[in-house]
Amino acid sequence: MELISISNVNVRYPNGVNALHDLSVKIKRGDFVFVIGGSGSGKSTFIKMLYREIKPNKGEIILGGLNVAKLRNSKVYKLRRKLGIVFQDYRLLPKLTVYENVAFALECIGAKKTEIRVKTLKAIELVGLKSKTRVYPDQLSGGEQQRVAIARAIVNNPKLLICDEPTGNLDPDMSMEIVKLLDNINKTTGTTIIMATHDREIVNKMKKRVIVLKDGYLIKDYEKGKYYDEAD
Amino acid sequence: MKLIRMVFRGVRDAFKSVFRNFSLSIASVSCISITLVVVAVALLASFNVNNFTETIKKDVTIIVFVESKATDSDLNTIEKNIKKIGNVDSIKLKTKQQEKKELMEEDDVFKSYLGDMDDDELPLKDSFLVKVSKLEEIKDTVEKIKKIELVDTVNYGESMVQQMLNAFKVIRNGTIIIVVALIIVNIFLIVNTIKLAIFARKREISIMRLVGASNLSIKYPFVIEGMVIGMIGSIVPILITIYGYTYFYTYFDGKLFSSLIKLINPQPFVLYVSLIILGIGMVVGMIGSSRAVRKYLKV
Repeated sequence: MELISISNVNVRYPNGVNALHDLSVKIKRGDFVFVIGGSGSGKSTFIKMLYREIKPNKGEIILGGLNVAKLRNSKVYKLRRKLGIVFQDYRLLPKLTVYENVAFALECIGAKKTEIRVKTLKAIELVGLKSKTRVYPDQLSGGEQQRVAIARAIVNNPKLLICDEPTGNLDPDMSMEIVKLLDNINKTTGTTIIMATHDREIVNKMKKRVIVLKDGYLIKDYEKGKYYDEAD
Repeated sequence: MKLIRMVFRGVRDAFKSVFRNFSLSIASVSCISITLVVVAVALLASFNVNNFTETIKKDVTIIVFVESKATDSDLNTIEKNIKKIGNVDSIKLKTKQQEKKELMEEDDVFKSYLGDMDDDELPLKDSFLVKVSKLEEIKDTVEKIKKIELVDTVNYGESMVQQMLNAFKVIRNGTIIIVVALIIVNIFLIVNTIKLAIFARKREISIMRLVGASNLSIKYPFVIEGMVIGMIGSIVPILITIYGYTYFYTYFDGKLFSSLIKLINPQPFVLYVSLIILGIGMVVGMIGSSRAVRKYLKV
């Protein structure tokens, strides 16, 4: 069963740059998909389009039954509640503790206090930061901060976890740990994960489905385990 | 249930973030305080000017002289007829005997001259002192009084009243324009200060959007926060209004320059002005925050 169905999408920025050309792709529920490509390949545009930070000029994006391309600005929250988003720069609130940062996601959507407590602690435990709930982000390492961001992204049990270069700021060991954590989340909760990255090593090791973008075109779509380091 | 929870969360967050973003709150609060002090002074002044003009308006009197041949019963009919015209606030009969007495008290020359005369010889006339309720229609009223039988002459300082009315109109419109202009300038100032304060929290807003908070639920705590800042900001102006004006009033003994210009009694006047100031502070704070946040909700 498909979670995401993208058909014939074109994205053109106001400055005239065509970021994506006639892109069509389907992603199944429970998949773990890497999106790779160099700078300017349209990787980030593809990711931003999924959580509707960017609207396509043409084409259709159906995500969990929502027509993302036609979603009005005031209704975007309906989409975002189905998603978890992780960024390269973590985007944590520096004045809130680890617990508060994760709970923030639930408070924003008006969850009950007891529910917030249970779910927040569960998410923090899942990313392995149980001992650091009262610590502030600037007292954590980059990898730990990214774990907090992941906990915040999954605390609401999203159907889809979107990761935009989550390992971009981390060293190789830490990167691998984060990806393994994501893989673990994918396997245990069945959350679909789409991860944009340019870290070939990770992609090689994980043996997942890989979508390759270049100059705004989808040039290759490798099935699970079929991708191996290519020079291009 | 969910709605109530969101409402409480908004109020709690608003107070929290006033203290969390203390320096920015202080900036907004002082901006609001300073501008509201100016508004408060303008309000106090304009209310007083209006009060002063109203008092003067009330003092304008039409003097209706009655022909000498009028008898007591004629006087009664004239009074009734004048009352019938409408626009009459009060009417008072001043007989020539009263007039004589007053004049004699005023001046020794009159005293020696008038003192010897009998009532019939007096070169004076009975008169009515009429005060109107609507000064703007005084001309009309005077015309009607003139037509009443046995009325001799009517005097109300025609040109002076007209000039005064015009001057008061200018003053009143002037003060209203000044107060409104000040309030508008304040709104701009405050909106910009709050915009600056909220710019610093752009990240917070964008994260709220990312985790699926609806625009309304993002905006609401900020609007409450703006209201709280507006409330805090109006404390100093209110204190200045209450204590400053009361001090001013007692220092000048309730009148300015001459007993002609009476100041408004501070009680309960200062309370009304304080309420207006509080209202302006809260509303402007809310508008400021709401406008400032809107900009960041488009991502």
